[in-house]
Amino acid sequence: MRYTFAAMDSAAGTNARFQFASDQSLLIYFDEQVWQHRSPDPVGTGAGRSLQKQFTLEANENVRKLLRLLELEPVAGVRNLHPAYCSLLIKFDALRMRHDELEAILRKYLERLKEVRLPEPRRVEIAVCYGGEFGPDLAEVCTMRGMTEAQAIELHASVEYLVYFLGFVPGFAYLGELPKELVTPRLAAPRRRVPVGSVGIAGNQTGVYPFATPGGWRLLGRTPLRMFRADRDGLSLLSIGDCVRFTPIDAERFAVLEKQWA
Amino acid sequence: MGVIQVLEPGLFTTVQDLGREGYGPLGVSPSGAADALSLRMGNRLVGNAEGEAGLEMTLLGGTFAFPDGAFLIMAGSDFGATLDGKPVELWRAVEAKPGQVLRMGPTRAGARCYLCVHGGIASELFLGSAATHILSGLGGHNGRALQKGDVLKIGTHRWKRAGGWFASFRKREWMLSPRVMKILEPRKVLRVTDGPQSDWFAEGSKEVFHASGYRVAEDSNRMGIRLQGPAIQASASGEMISEGVALGAIQVPEGGMPIILFVEQQTTGGYPKIANVISADLHHLGQLRPRDEIRFERVDLGHARGLLRIQEMQLAGDSWHRGQRG
Repeated sequence: MRYTFAAMDSAAGTNARFQFASDQSLLIYFDEQVWQHRSPDPVGTGAGRSLQKQFTLEANENVRKLLRLLELEPVAGVRNLHPAYCSLLIKFDALRMRHDELEAILRKYLERLKEVRLPEPRRVEIAVCYGGEFGPDLAEVCTMRGMTEAQAIELHASVEYLVYFLGFVPGFAYLGELPKELVTPRLAAPRRRVPVGSVGIAGNQTGVYPFATPGGWRLLGRTPLRMFRADRDGLSLLSIGDCVRFTPIDAERFAVLEKQWA
Repeated sequence: MGVIQVLEPGLFTTVQDLGREGYGPLGVSPSGAADALSLRMGNRLVGNAEGEAGLEMTLLGGTFAFPDGAFLIMAGSDFGATLDGKPVELWRAVEAKPGQVLRMGPTRAGARCYLCVHGGIASELFLGSAATHILSGLGGHNGRALQKGDVLKIGTHRWKRAGGWFASFRKREWMLSPRVMKILEPRKVLRVTDGPQSDWFAEGSKEVFHASGYRVAEDSNRMGIRLQGPAIQASASGEMISEGVALGAIQVPEGGMPIILFVEQQTTGGYPKIANVISADLHHLGQLRPRDEIRFERVDLGHARGLLRIQEMQLAGDSWHRGQRG
């Protein structure tokens, strides 16, 4: 009866490790050996390390592939899925199956990951009004990294980001990878309330707060877009695997769009 | 269709059912009743399906009027309910006549009391569930806690026909079996399995965690139950990359004060988890009050599964007695 998780092994070329998380959930980690022995984070938070040094893009792709396969061909008894950078938490009906039974089923899924075709990534543009009251940490980030606000804005808006996963709160997309010139640790003391739509950075990640929540990311600007709406098909503006670009707008445009999208 | 008028909402009263599972990929946690077992059993005793929506009250109950009457029950903790001044016993279904007023006060025991009505609370479903998700302002009654003046609709049960199944159900007095009452008894020693990062913690830290009492902090809520007590230090490599987190996971942030992730939990997190409350004990979390002292007892996975299995068998079996009403 006692579930002892198997040692790391290779399921048809996919480096996956299974680990029980609770009596009704199982975690799968991908490509763990690639990143787990890397040197400690120089900035002081896990998020400060280069994301690529913490996990591989391939690991995140495997997460997305397994998620897709489990959505296309659901396993009876599986109740919820929590994807992340390089892992997937699977919650299941513990009255219906044991961890080892679920693991056996999932191993068959893992063997088929290579044949899973991920959908073409959607390209989403997010309008951002940078600085001022919308981006209270922009000035400090510039001081820390020795650049002007214009340079920081240009950098943040210069690259296309991948949605690694949605997590934390509804519609919160973890985006990466931030240009290395902008990498800064998160705030030592998190804000009790980050305004809705705030665009922040932490380590090499960036993201948009879909709701007013506590948060420790450094805020560069704000978007008038609603990131999560109950009345929208798909609910969340962003989905796992999307490609995102930020477009700078001024305060007047922000006000116009805010009205338009309210 | 009957209604419930909210004369006083109480401290924090929300519409809850058993939550919405399956939306983790969108970052949406299930939400749902904090003490799911009390809601399930309350629903049974008024002739509902177990997952019907009810009202979850926290620490201080509300005052509700039933202009068209209702068949109702109080489940969970005793909030001293009265119907037009007459005490209403916990776990006993009663008939509210049209115009009668149900009044509750502060809790006399645990943290949460449920009001279940026959037919359930009819609110618009969000992702298949009536559960209120406070952080995102979605689900339940306009995505928020109830306010004075709110009017809630009571659902129409498909069996609500004169002389039908429900009429005969209502003639009898249903009550929970002693075995089920025992399951619902408050429990302050919570059983836990190891968390996914248990081995990140030094043996000494784990001993402290399992041997110490922890106090429930004032700022605990449906997202997380914050604990105060001996600090637990993760080992030097205490840095991790965010991953999915399970209901009842006990995470240890930098300060060393554990937090139990609860029904409106974040779906992913980056703190190491030392342990996880077992499924059979999750409902007890919903009855913890600020300043309650709790402890943790370590069990292995097989034991945890067995306890859940036995508990659900007892709930499914002789969970309720029947006798002639009044």
